[in-house]
Amino acid sequence: MQVNTSAEDNYYRIALDGELDASSAIAFDAVLQEAVETGHHHLLIDCQRLTYISSAGLGVFMSHVQEFEEKKIQMIIFGLTTKVLNVFQILGLDQLLHITATEPEAKAQLNALHL
Amino acid sequence: MLYTYKFFCTRESLKGIRAFVEATLKLYVLSEILLNQLILAVDEICANLIIHAHHCNPADTLELTIENTNGDIYFEIHDRQQMNFDWQAYQKPDIQELVKTGRKGGMGLLLVSSVMDDVEVKPEGEGSIWRLHKQIEADVKRPVA
Repeated sequence: MQVNTSAEDNYYRIALDGELDASSAIAFDAVLQEAVETGHHHLLIDCQRLTYISSAGLGVFMSHVQEFEEKKIQMIIFGLTTKVLNVFQILGLDQLLHITATEPEAKAQLNALHL
Repeated sequence: MLYTYKFFCTRESLKGIRAFVEATLKLYVLSEILLNQLILAVDEICANLIIHAHHCNPADTLELTIENTNGDIYFEIHDRQQMNFDWQAYQKPDIQELVKTGRKGGMGLLLVSSVMDDVEVKPEGEGSIWRLHKQIEADVKRPVA
């Protein structure tokens, strides 16, 4: 899996490309942690090219929920394919995370949360 | 028909395991979501065994078999070295508690128990067999020609 990052306007984008499993989750977690440590508070997670996620990948997202809440960091996940979104839905994690279908919706939600 | 795949206990093996399950199940017409859920269940058990039971030791191997009997799909993961888990004693974690503690693990077996119809772990010699069952008849419209 490839993890690409870019800073744009007020957002920090992390794009996931490939399969997020027990082998690749460590790399994603490191990128997410680095984003927090470098002071980014508005994270866009671009999953348009994410083709698979296992519990290891879900665990990376969920392990930061409490921390992000405490540090007032907003994270919006967008572009999940139907089958990847279904994995979040199996355990109801889609209700605990901010997930939108498209990037414009993600940015709109981020702006709304920020305000 | 029985399909068999043997693999080394490394995290890098997981990609090949998923590809094997997908290629085998593509013999049948399954919905994209169901196919992904079955791949996920097998991936989770294999990842658990590789990481927690075998500590990613590349000298160790496991074997996966897939069998379809009239719409009942059975996945078996054979670990010939260790009897390592009591499924009957498994207690499902509370998701809210996982969130509070920031724990990364704990959801794999929960996913497996959610998507499969039956899960059992049986002794086999000095080792064990994980046996996952899913009734898929309603989803199998026809074998792919």
